[in-house]
Amino acid sequence: MQTLDFFPPVVDDPYTFGAVAAANAMSDVYAMGGEVLFALNIAAFPRWLDRAILAEILRGGAEKVREAGAAIAGGHTIDDDEPKYGLTVTGIVLISELMTKAGARAGDQLFLTKPLGTGLITTAAKGGAAEPKHMEGAVQCMLQLNRAASRAARSAGVRSATDITGFSLLGHAAEMAAASGVQLRIYLERLPILEGTRQYAEEWLFPGGAHSNREFFAPRVQFAGGISEEEQMMLFTPETSGGLLLAVPADKVEVFLQNCRSLEQPAWHIGEVVPGSGIVVE
Amino acid sequence: MMTEKIVDARGLACPQPVIMARNAMREGAVRITVIVDSETAVANVTRMAQKAGWQVAQERRDNEVHLRLTPPAATAEQPQEAPASAPAPAGPTVLLVKSNRMGRGDDQLGEILIRGFFHTLTEIEDAPAVMIFLNSGVKLTTEGSPVLDDLRALEERGVEIYSCGTCLNYFGLTESLKVGAVSNMYSIAETLLSAGKVISP
Repeated sequence: MQTLDFFPPVVDDPYTFGAVAAANAMSDVYAMGGEVLFALNIAAFPRWLDRAILAEILRGGAEKVREAGAAIAGGHTIDDDEPKYGLTVTGIVLISELMTKAGARAGDQLFLTKPLGTGLITTAAKGGAAEPKHMEGAVQCMLQLNRAASRAARSAGVRSATDITGFSLLGHAAEMAAASGVQLRIYLERLPILEGTRQYAEEWLFPGGAHSNREFFAPRVQFAGGISEEEQMMLFTPETSGGLLLAVPADKVEVFLQNCRSLEQPAWHIGEVVPGSGIVVE
Repeated sequence: MMTEKIVDARGLACPQPVIMARNAMREGAVRITVIVDSETAVANVTRMAQKAGWQVAQERRDNEVHLRLTPPAATAEQPQEAPASAPAPAGPTVLLVKSNRMGRGDDQLGEILIRGFFHTLTEIEDAPAVMIFLNSGVKLTTEGSPVLDDLRALEERGVEIYSCGTCLNYFGLTESLKVGAVSNMYSIAETLLSAGKVISP
């Protein structure tokens, strides 16, 4: 399989940006239950900026790809006003192990493998309004590869997954619900949320993507009473290099959680799959 | 008299419009007009202001929206603001430490002077309420600083001590902070703007 993703800097440090962009680009392969074979750099960089910065971005990306057990085989950089970086990734998966958005069935349990909040915290940071410790938490989260989460699911026989990125938790969940012909019930209080996220939500520091996600996906989402508008917006906020949303068949939950423990991979049980359509948040 | 303020946030991506509007609200401006040109900014600014108890009226023009923000107090009959003739209440004295040395000329002398300066502060009753350390100033709040004991004594007396997070990171000192807390440019700018007096050694 082949995937591509790239974006402008989400953090100031060039090495970290490269590593986050690479983790994010490889995430698609992991969401499909695969492993990365190799990748090509795709970069844009202003002529007037120090080339050493570009070198650091590429080094961050290369080391993250190496962590994934793969290698960068080359790439291409063009001149542009704003730096951008990402990868085209070539991965491999056995068709019998392929995870898709269409594989969720009523009775499956929903697990999320990273906390939410990277989008809100990085947006607040762009405005100079994020506390360093909150940003540090978001960076650690974005740097985490989805490889262990993917392996834990794959070897437990999980066949339905998606990764949480620009469409937000609810957007990606809505796509999974539609592709699988089921309803996903998500429990707000069970969701892992990065420290600082709720604070920035209360301050209405949402990026534009949160509004467009809400506009597009809200018709498919029902919220229980008592969930505030800020909390709703928070769940529509784009994530960067977010975790996997996995629909785990009930009889495979135990093996999946055992796999997670042995791989030191966190997984939060956030809801379940039921007959119907769309998303319910309680 | 009430102060009026226009915040032009056209062309700016979120969260900038929210932060600009919020700053104007905190500065005590009444009747703020925030000009924005995206629906995201309209929604973010409107809800942020409403949460703070302000009223928001919208006026849509060609490609922009004028949001008129008024605080609840402004609609009351009796004036809530101090008369314009009264002097503004003084904020805290803020010490802005921009370097690990005092003065320019000789580096060694500058280091001796800064040691003397902080030691003297511990003996002065009316020390600054807030101290902000940035650029090489963060070398004074981290491991190996010659003034740690004095800074700790000042902190015990209630002086708030902040080091710029970007600067700590730049010098690789994030893990070595020994006194006070880490701050960011937003808080630092806010502290400077609300200060009664800002001094630098």
